[in-house]
Amino acid sequence: MTALLSVRSGKAVERDAIPRLEFEDFRRAIVEAPSRRERVAALFGTPLQAREEGVELVVVLAFDEEGLIKVGSTVLSGDAFPSMTAECPQVHLFEREIAEQWGVVPEGHPWLKPVRFVRSQRPGHDAWNRPESEAPVVGVMPFYRVEGEEVHEVAVGPVHAGVIEPGHFRFQCHGEHVFHLEISLGYQHRGVERALVGGPTKRTIPYMETLSGDTTVGHMTAYCQVLEALSGCRVPVRAHALRGIALELERLANHTGDLGALANDVGFLPTASYCGRLRGDFLNLTAMICGSRFGRSLVRPGGVGFDVDADRCRLMLERLQTALRDTKSAVELLLESASVGARFEGTGVVSQEVAQALGLVGVAARACGLERDVRHDHPSGVFRLAHIPISVWHTGDVFARAYIRWLEIERSCAFIGEQLRALPTGKTRVPCESKTLASNRLCVSLVEGWRGEICHVALTDDEGKFSTYKVIDPSFHNWFGLSMALRDGQISDFPLCNKSFNLSYCGHDL
Amino acid sequence: MLKLLLARFQQGHRTAQYPEMPPTLPDRWRGGPSIDRGKCPVGCFECGDTCPTDALRIQSGHLGLDMGRCLFCTECMQSCPHGAITFTQEYRLAARKREALVVEGKVEPREKLLDEKLRRLFGRSLKLRQVSAGGCNGCESDVNVLGTIVFDLGRFGIQMVASPRHADGLLITGPVTENMKLALKKTYDAVPEPKIVIAVGACAISGGPYIDHPEVHNGADSVVPVDLYVPGCPPHPFTILDGLLGMLGRLESEPAWMARFRETGERIAAENLEAMKTWDLPRAEEAVKYLGADLRHAPPAPKDPLPVEKPRS
Repeated sequence: MTALLSVRSGKAVERDAIPRLEFEDFRRAIVEAPSRRERVAALFGTPLQAREEGVELVVVLAFDEEGLIKVGSTVLSGDAFPSMTAECPQVHLFEREIAEQWGVVPEGHPWLKPVRFVRSQRPGHDAWNRPESEAPVVGVMPFYRVEGEEVHEVAVGPVHAGVIEPGHFRFQCHGEHVFHLEISLGYQHRGVERALVGGPTKRTIPYMETLSGDTTVGHMTAYCQVLEALSGCRVPVRAHALRGIALELERLANHTGDLGALANDVGFLPTASYCGRLRGDFLNLTAMICGSRFGRSLVRPGGVGFDVDADRCRLMLERLQTALRDTKSAVELLLESASVGARFEGTGVVSQEVAQALGLVGVAARACGLERDVRHDHPSGVFRLAHIPISVWHTGDVFARAYIRWLEIERSCAFIGEQLRALPTGKTRVPCESKTLASNRLCVSLVEGWRGEICHVALTDDEGKFSTYKVIDPSFHNWFGLSMALRDGQISDFPLCNKSFNLSYCGHDL
Repeated sequence: MLKLLLARFQQGHRTAQYPEMPPTLPDRWRGGPSIDRGKCPVGCFECGDTCPTDALRIQSGHLGLDMGRCLFCTECMQSCPHGAITFTQEYRLAARKREALVVEGKVEPREKLLDEKLRRLFGRSLKLRQVSAGGCNGCESDVNVLGTIVFDLGRFGIQMVASPRHADGLLITGPVTENMKLALKKTYDAVPEPKIVIAVGACAISGGPYIDHPEVHNGADSVVPVDLYVPGCPPHPFTILDGLLGMLGRLESEPAWMARFRETGERIAAENLEAMKTWDLPRAEEAVKYLGADLRHAPPAPKDPLPVEKPRS
């Protein structure tokens, strides 16, 4: 069997160097990945060169222990291929996506349903043989159903009770008891990946900044790593440090907000209102750097768009310390309260085996005892120089997901403090011409966003334009984890479980 | 219990005193754009090609910037060879009419926000149902923030409610994806009359970065009639709050602190100018114009370092 090509995050390789495997070898490389302690970071289709018929599949495996990424491809000649999901559940949603986008059927997929309810990109090929005259209707699909006496179905969404993005949730219940939760998304689909093809254009950066608006810095950093690798641009170390600070500030703001929201969902109002305010304090620290609370215009190809002087650093440090002190008092109240513990502990448990099998990433994975953190495993930028310990807890419940957030808040604050006290000197940005990208290359870029692993894969064509730009938001891996957390739980625990994952809808729908 | 009380004491009182006091905005925040006509020569349209959402256009010989499309990314400012485009600290950007979002000079804070009929109907109590129709969670987050103790929307009688049946109107974010169109329409239909619609953010006003994608419908008013437009990407919470309060007649048209607020904005601009000159950026000179203040008349900078985000009374 031809070996897959080993690459590193943020390094470009020639497309010709990527081994094109026979399907059987390709399939074996994927289904045996977990036994080699590798996991599927991406699996997607890409159009073949002109005149060739069919679809090329590209797989990106992450070998975390070695900090390596393994890439390989295969060509599907027909309109079907044997599904790998039963043997390697990590690919379940990737295969559904391939089926929907390219009209090829993963035969034997146990759960073959649309992902975003869009037409296939290959006219005349549809995995469900739907007539071309009929547009797919979002949410219309055969839902998994449990039948029997006193079994009932609860359908929620797409419009929910809170200020929250839309998605459809369908519970199979017996009284309060949830047998199964099926999550059907696609409502937020804006056609980003399709629009990225042929880029970079002047809209590429706004797309990246709004892939998931609460992860602007994470996605922009992933994109910039791709662009810098493809244009051979070396980012100054000061810019790396500022990107790292911004990435951790994004984590602080969101984790703090989530802890407040978790407190709210169990009716523990002091922490809910303190953390709601403190989240804003962390957002305002990002705004101190770049004027935008969400880090818009901050990360730019070649570096960062803003600099901070000594006075600003000092002021940021002061505010960071005050905010951390207040957050500590708010979170200690939460985690030490017996009534909160009674609601958090043992609720929404995901076992380590399930987390491993589904390939969960980020907070959700670390809460199941999996040591998985891109900053540690595939470090780029400032994380090569400054290390943040991985925060792990083993219980896999709501408590674990809350506790991981608190550990990460402390550690991110320490990191930012360190960086602000000793910012490297030098430039903050070097020219990075996006018009002259290397042609026929592939680049994988991993970044640990606050939700987990962000994976961008770019393929360029003969002219150095993106022929495929694949975005995998951590939510794409993790939505099914939420379903599993609800299994055999109480339907009334859904808001709490949902908030403990706090996944992105638009990051999934793209 | 004692710990609870201690924490309560430590956390203090945090509600912003707006509108009695000015809002606290980050000093590098990019608010309302400003076009200096004197510096903008006829026939030049270099800025136009760089705008990701084509927010700039020439109308009757003048350059106009459509805030409904603007992402406040400052690409136009950086590409303008004449330094004619700047972004100010003006946060009062909301408008009742879509056309009023086009800026040809300075942003004119809209006194016309007030609607007498709406004031009578909803001035004391307004319940809104939020619908995200393809929003990226940026606008949603900054709408959510209005419910925190800092903004405390409830003290103005405005509240986000769980059901459209309980609502007086919708607050819409996102470009309205094809996949959310029907849900949005149904939610709108479920709100009892009389009802209003507020479009928050560039996406909900025009489609934002997703303008003309076949998967989206270029904003809320392609599906439902809109009564208030709040531009930004995302708008600052104070911009949203100002829009809501302005429409309901809950704001003085020119509060006493406004003159001082502007003056301080100009001083901060001068400080930023000096700081940013030392950056090694390709266009540092242009980049310093974020605040758009006329620096010739800026008062000298005081000694204390960066007195930003403090109440500017």
